[in-house]
Amino acid sequence: MAVPNRISSPRFAGSIVLAARQFPRHRAAMIGLVCLVLICLISALAPYVAPYDPIQIKLSAKLKPPSFEHWMGTDHFGRDVLSRLLWGGRTSLGVGLLVVGFAFVLGVPLGLISGYFGGKVDNLIMRLVDALLTFPPLLLAVALVGLLGPDIQNVMLALGIVQAPVLARMVRGSTLAVREDLYVMAARALGAGPGRIVLSHLLRNVMSPIVVQLTIVFAAAVVAEASLSFLGFGTQPPNPSWGRDMSEARRFLGDAPWMFMAPTGAIMLCVLSINFMGDGLRDALDPRAWRTRRTVAAGERR
Amino acid sequence: MPLLSVRNLRTRFATDRGVVRAVNGVSFDLEEGEILGLVGESGSGKSVTALSIMRLVPEPPGKVTADSMSLEGTELLKLSEAEVREFRGSRMAMIFQDPMRSLNPVLTIGRQIVEVLHRHQKLEGAAARRRAIELLETVGIPMAEKRLAAYPHQFSGGMRQRVMIAIALSCNPRLLIADEATTALDVTIQAQIIDLVKRLTRDRGTSVIWISHDLGVVAGLCDKVNVMYAGNVVESGPIRELFHRPSHGYTLGLMGSTPRVDGTPMRRLTPIEGVPPNLIDPIKLCPFLPRCRVSVPACQVQPPERRDFGAGHWAACLADLTPGRAP
Repeated sequence: MAVPNRISSPRFAGSIVLAARQFPRHRAAMIGLVCLVLICLISALAPYVAPYDPIQIKLSAKLKPPSFEHWMGTDHFGRDVLSRLLWGGRTSLGVGLLVVGFAFVLGVPLGLISGYFGGKVDNLIMRLVDALLTFPPLLLAVALVGLLGPDIQNVMLALGIVQAPVLARMVRGSTLAVREDLYVMAARALGAGPGRIVLSHLLRNVMSPIVVQLTIVFAAAVVAEASLSFLGFGTQPPNPSWGRDMSEARRFLGDAPWMFMAPTGAIMLCVLSINFMGDGLRDALDPRAWRTRRTVAAGERR
Repeated sequence: MPLLSVRNLRTRFATDRGVVRAVNGVSFDLEEGEILGLVGESGSGKSVTALSIMRLVPEPPGKVTADSMSLEGTELLKLSEAEVREFRGSRMAMIFQDPMRSLNPVLTIGRQIVEVLHRHQKLEGAAARRRAIELLETVGIPMAEKRLAAYPHQFSGGMRQRVMIAIALSCNPRLLIADEATTALDVTIQAQIIDLVKRLTRDRGTSVIWISHDLGVVAGLCDKVNVMYAGNVVESGPIRELFHRPSHGYTLGLMGSTPRVDGTPMRRLTPIEGVPPNLIDPIKLCPFLPRCRVSVPACQVQPPERRDFGAGHWAACLADLTPGRAP
């Protein structure tokens, strides 16, 4: 039969490629992505673009409002707020991304296993999750960091462990709902084993809520790192981090609001970008929400 | 040797209120290339019988037992879960009632076909794609090549059922079970799908179990029918014999409640009064007795025994329903 070599053309693109094509159609998501990339880029390039040394103390210039010399003013030690912002981004974004990574790697498999297999496995995992969830999250993180030592890597790990149960519980819930769908039974009737069902059928269907939850985890992680740093865990002074600087700036809110506004604005921009991006990702991952139905249009044209 | 042989199949479900005997001693044979209809009202055990054969009944709470249930000589109940997975899709396949829900909404059609091909025939890459296109063309999907990249929501119900049939037949199973496969479709599409199944299975010699509550569909498609009630087969026989000479009170009731469009003068449809028995309670006498219009005094004292009418036609009924004598 006439099956030309065009089969391997992009028409038969994988769903990832199709989703990637879909993503740019979501304007807010693109704005979010661009902002996030910019933030990441300038944070990564902080050593080259920061105008001052972020920990250089210069008491003669303390609490100066924004000027041409110091675009975002100076803090109570006379350190340049902009430089600290750029350097601090490295810590905060790093924490955010790694916590999201930890939470994903720990929480999602647990949730999927628990939700799909049910029974004793489910009971065991969920009781563990419940146990972790009974602690106030910050207290648990403090306890873990206390156990592991006050170090920024440990903070990331601790926050990941704190966030994972929340994710696991949510993934389990979504999995339970999707598991009963007829196509899961249909897949089993065609010989699919548990591994295939979980990975290729369930995971893809619970991806949307996961992505949304992860953007929330990111935001929570940035703020939690701030709280931990404020308590003396995490980022150690004089090293900059958005959260740390923000909590320090609270004391000077009346006298030097720029000190507060810079890191707060950065966190807000970042979280907002990620939320926008999450929206776009969620839609791009769900074929039912796609805007242009290119394949069908192409199919029906002729 | 029949392709599928089922002896005394019993499927029970443990519930809080007791054990539900969903299938209660079903026996039948299915020959190579034969199409068997399974009819009965909701809850009569048709679907559970199918799921039991596919070994898809969740255990617990379900429990499937049988004296024998063999496909091509292999005892299905003795297979391990891993072995039965090899069987599903390659030796026996099943399609479901609702084509809107039996395809994964977030995976492309192509991916879902290729997945099965890869699973059972180790086909990959271009070879798998070529086969997938072939399959879609076989079930009459135009622009098959482009449709591989489409998602289920971009298909109509009939198209989706075609895709399901393509997937189910992709690895040439010996047995295809269709559970109300056309119930969710409108009549014209239904006819197309039935033709398709008929053609494909005839060509390949596939045996089919067609579950339906639509007597018309069964009459047009099947070679043999099992009428099920309350987890039992109450009457069984070749399609002609059974439709010309229904010999069980329930079969008679089913036919009386089905409109005919074959030119027979219109008559009032007679519904079957009452409700099916609760399958938790033990049933000693004929399960249909409380609703039966043709019961005889003997029905009140002894369980029905199987009466043979020749040509493989039998019914578990004590009343004599020979034409002319039926009330």
